[in-house]
Amino acid sequence: MNFETIREAADTLQYLLGGLQWTAAKIREAADTLQYLLGGLQWTAALMVCSMLLALPIGLLLAAARLSRHRLLRLPCAAYIETLRGVPLLVTLLFVVYGLPSAAPGWKLNDFWLTVAAFAACYGAYLAETFRAGIESVDDGQSEAARALGLNSTQTMAYVILPQAARNVLPALVNDAVALLKDTSLASVVAIPEITQLARREVALTYDVFYVYSLLGCVYLCLTLCLSYIARILEKRGFRAESARLHSRSA
Amino acid sequence: MKKGGFALNPLVSIRGLHKSFGSLKVLKDVSLEVYPGEKAVIIGPSGSGKSTLLRCVNWLERPDSGEVAIDGKVLNEKTTDINKVRAEVGMVFQRFNLFPHRTALENVALAPRLALKHPREEAERKARRLLKQVGLEEKADAYPSQLSGGQQQRVAIARALAMDPKVMLFDEVTSALDPELVYEVLEAMKRLADEGMTMLIVTHEVRFGEEVGDRLIFMDDGQIVEQGNPRELLRDPKHERTQAFLKRVLW
Repeated sequence: MNFETIREAADTLQYLLGGLQWTAAKIREAADTLQYLLGGLQWTAALMVCSMLLALPIGLLLAAARLSRHRLLRLPCAAYIETLRGVPLLVTLLFVVYGLPSAAPGWKLNDFWLTVAAFAACYGAYLAETFRAGIESVDDGQSEAARALGLNSTQTMAYVILPQAARNVLPALVNDAVALLKDTSLASVVAIPEITQLARREVALTYDVFYVYSLLGCVYLCLTLCLSYIARILEKRGFRAESARLHSRSA
Repeated sequence: MKKGGFALNPLVSIRGLHKSFGSLKVLKDVSLEVYPGEKAVIIGPSGSGKSTLLRCVNWLERPDSGEVAIDGKVLNEKTTDINKVRAEVGMVFQRFNLFPHRTALENVALAPRLALKHPREEAERKARRLLKQVGLEEKADAYPSQLSGGQQQRVAIARALAMDPKVMLFDEVTSALDPELVYEVLEAMKRLADEGMTMLIVTHEVRFGEEVGDRLIFMDDGQIVEQGNPRELLRDPKHERTQAFLKRVLW
């Protein structure tokens, strides 16, 4: 044991600790970036929730109208649905957020709500098709039996068709919600400060493209996985309630 | 033979019915009257239009021309409330068409609650009584998927009876059943016939028609070919199409 060996060891340790410092700095940087991105989470969530809440009733009404016997209801709704489904969401978004205000210069329109309107308009059309598929999945004999018993068309819908359609529709509805969540990233194009927009700002400052965007991807992945997980719990709970109902009644 | 014994006004009155599906003429000028308490049984090869005729009676199918009246109320007239008329006409389907998301009891009690505005308790008490009548008292809380075909069809009969119909329509109600389950459904119908219910029955069970029917009606190619007392018609069919059909089903 001599001083040389000890000094060598100390040098090595110092060198290694230098690397640790670098790692710590990197982790701090990542935490900072993540914190910065998560600052936009409220906007992403607001876009998603507001658009979905608006799109659900729009979709339901459109689906009902599209299945209606009256051509004056059916045809315009079918045209609307096919148009919004046929045009890219990004184009609809640009049209609504930039096109509409330019056509009505006097109006003060809020960019966030215009974006929500564009998403809701589009997803209303998507959901309409989901709902329609759900309603059509219920056997014709069900509405015939209800009508033959003297129920009117509203009662038939509310008590016989929709409860059965809801069960068939839930998984597809979750898919649409996940798709909407991912599509809110398009709002970055119209300068809503949601997470993708913030990521782009960060990239513009740091040029750290690979690193920021992979972090952003992870954030979206976490969000969509959470959404699917919640949906699965809901589905299971609905199923359990059903079987509990079965047991309590047959007991 | 019994016709003179029935009250003068027919309960079901069908005059000059025509119906086409596309280029296919399903009903060609069909007229038929069913009197209170009468059991009219319609037989004939598949595609002869007998089911369509039955479905015109409660307006599940709208004829192209001709008139249908139930207890004097003409269904063709715009002022007739079709839901009220349907409430007075019970129908049992080939494929049961029970509501799968509701228990047997709820299946029976639903229409009186919704269409007749009966309070829940009253509707359920009556539903239990009707389920007992078809021998399914202990299955009140079972869901349709937990019942055999024969049990489901008996629930369907109870469901139709819950509306206190003036006339019952039976559309090949044993055709979708396993052979060993046919008997219990026919028994339930026979009991109903003994209680004096007016019945219009479309069936392949010619022997059952002979036993229960006051009148046997033979349909072929969208027309009533021949009708009369069941025993006489089976023993001595006048028309050669009737002869050919009976030879095929009564081997």
